[in-house]
Amino acid sequence: MSSIEKMTLSKALNVSLRTALENDPKVVIMGEDVGKLGGVFRVTDGLQKDFGEDRVIDTPLAESGIVGTAIGMALRGYRPVVEIQFDGFVFPAYDQIVTQLAKMHARALGTVKMPVVIRIPYGGGIGAVEHHSESPESLFAHVAGLKIVSPSNASDAYWMLQQAIECDDPVIFFEPKRRYWDKGEVDTSAIPGPLHQARVVRGGTDLTLAAYGPMVKTCLEAAAAAAEEGKSVEVLDLRSVSPLDFDGIQKSVERTRRLVVVHEAPVFFGSGAEIAARITERCFYHLEAPVLRVGGFHAPYPPARLEEEYLPGLDRVLDAVDRALAY
Amino acid sequence: MTVESTAARKPRRSSKRVSAKKPPAEQTELVQLLTPEGERVEHSEYSIDLSHDELRGLYRDMVMTRCFDAEATTLQRQGELGLWASLLGQEAAQIGSARALRDDDYVFPTYREHGVAWCRGVDPTNLLGMFRGVNNGGWDPNSNNFHLYTIVIGSQTLHATGYAMGVAKDGADSAVIAYFGDGASSQGDVNEAFTFSAVYNAPVVFFCQNNQWAISEPTERQTRVPLYQRAQGFGFPGVRVDGNDVLACLAVTKAAVERARRGEGPTLVEAFTYRMAAHTTNDDPSKYRNEDEYESWKSKDPIERFRTYLSNEGIADQDYLDAVEAEAEQLGKRVRDAVRTMPDPDTMAIFENVYADGHALVDEERAQFAAYQASFAEEGN
Repeated sequence: MSSIEKMTLSKALNVSLRTALENDPKVVIMGEDVGKLGGVFRVTDGLQKDFGEDRVIDTPLAESGIVGTAIGMALRGYRPVVEIQFDGFVFPAYDQIVTQLAKMHARALGTVKMPVVIRIPYGGGIGAVEHHSESPESLFAHVAGLKIVSPSNASDAYWMLQQAIECDDPVIFFEPKRRYWDKGEVDTSAIPGPLHQARVVRGGTDLTLAAYGPMVKTCLEAAAAAAEEGKSVEVLDLRSVSPLDFDGIQKSVERTRRLVVVHEAPVFFGSGAEIAARITERCFYHLEAPVLRVGGFHAPYPPARLEEEYLPGLDRVLDAVDRALAY
Repeated sequence: MTVESTAARKPRRSSKRVSAKKPPAEQTELVQLLTPEGERVEHSEYSIDLSHDELRGLYRDMVMTRCFDAEATTLQRQGELGLWASLLGQEAAQIGSARALRDDDYVFPTYREHGVAWCRGVDPTNLLGMFRGVNNGGWDPNSNNFHLYTIVIGSQTLHATGYAMGVAKDGADSAVIAYFGDGASSQGDVNEAFTFSAVYNAPVVFFCQNNQWAISEPTERQTRVPLYQRAQGFGFPGVRVDGNDVLACLAVTKAAVERARRGEGPTLVEAFTYRMAAHTTNDDPSKYRNEDEYESWKSKDPIERFRTYLSNEGIADQDYLDAVEAEAEQLGKRVRDAVRTMPDPDTMAIFENVYADGHALVDEERAQFAAYQASFAEEGN
């Protein structure tokens, strides 16, 4: 029987959580509305029914409490997978994540581990109200002790979540919420590649577009559009924001000589800034153009009627491609 | 027994607009088994029956802890420690509560629980690493079921609650105790810990040492009701105990711990005590509290009253008391020697234990920094 199945990204996450609950009795799911409702995006749909209220735990509405008690559960030997309902609601838990979760392993001189996964649906494009469309990954990437990943497709959603749960370090798992309904093939018997390795998802020779999460699809569309104009654009799915696969980016840029980084998060102090700095250091003599960035502005995430203009879309990505190629 | 009889304090108010009315004293009952004068009294709900050995043991614990604490303060003054947070005056609250625990129970301390650490069997010199600046923790929490000192106020109450939720899931009958202070009671995390522990009926005891001061702010800046009464709003019992009475602290904590073991959920214990020293060695309490208050609490000293009791009852003679003093002096000397010879960590320890499963950036920066350092060695050759 084939283990390849076509499913949505959110279903892949659901199947992945189910697999983790089946494989390891220490895995528990915690969060607001994750039980009976199955999460506001239905990512945990049906899990409480099958694994019980003891393992799929509806929590009080308090994000710091969710992460703080998950830390205590991890100290007791559990592997909590917690859900923060929306990106903009993670901040009450920011203190626990930054001052406790990230630093506990070092503080304990390595004697305790913190295998906690924090799932956060993030990013815009769904016409939501304030605090439901943000991309705060850089605020976490700045903190040593955390690992930050973001899948762009159903297969990665399944496998990267498996790997995040198996990881003995805290992992912030950013889920591209506007891609929840995108379908893709998932091979649950495949052997996955390393969690923090970038992947070339479209080969090209003139320029590299580097992205993760929701922007990978946008970049693939941009690359297809550029191809029609005779430009060969490579698309790199970074998959991981901390650690970043600088070796993988370097390899691509040494071939294409031009790099544009795309993310929904504000450009200022964003992951694109870090990539630009490091790749400029590593590839100074290979680069034909400065590393360019496309992303959000230094302004609050706008009301939904403006988000199409705010978010880096096909045209803004192509504009950056043109500018980089014009050097 | 009323609160006022043990807590005659008149903090200077920084603003006349603070007009919180204290509840009538007779409404705030304080569990006490030993008066400040060292007289044993009975309580309708809480009793205690200890052997003479056990009673002497409590005394020894308190004296050893106070001596260690004084030594640490001295070491800070001598420049051997960067900072010290003294527990002076809180020995009874810490020893009494900690001696109510079993080995399989789990403790989540603040950064001032030196007496609790002593009872858990943590080597006192291990507590000094973080204050000397050689580590940020320095012991394996699981070797004594004593978690690392937590500096961010109140954070550990959630860890304790989560741990207790795990204990309950495991079907174990261990209990968990979270230490915190009057200042922490204002933190969201503490209130979330109350909420979570209550709704999950977690086997956790919240042990609040109300030492009357959060650095310079009196308890009136944190609450308009006696802290133990907060528990009621969360749906579990709260009790105020004389925090300078080691017997009452032991009896009340034991009852709370046993309640947790029976699966009846959390309890809030407010140990009403006093921070006799500064907040830390960087603090100057003369700027915000008066001498009268200090003197009134000095007369309620936890060790003095217990020594009076032991002597009067013939439980400990002068030889025993002298022997404890001598042992405490030895501990002081051992701690002094250990701190003075405590090695600085290796520079590359910066990069150790950042991640359990490794991280490419840490590896890269470690290698770069090692090469940078090695370049000096080469120049020197």
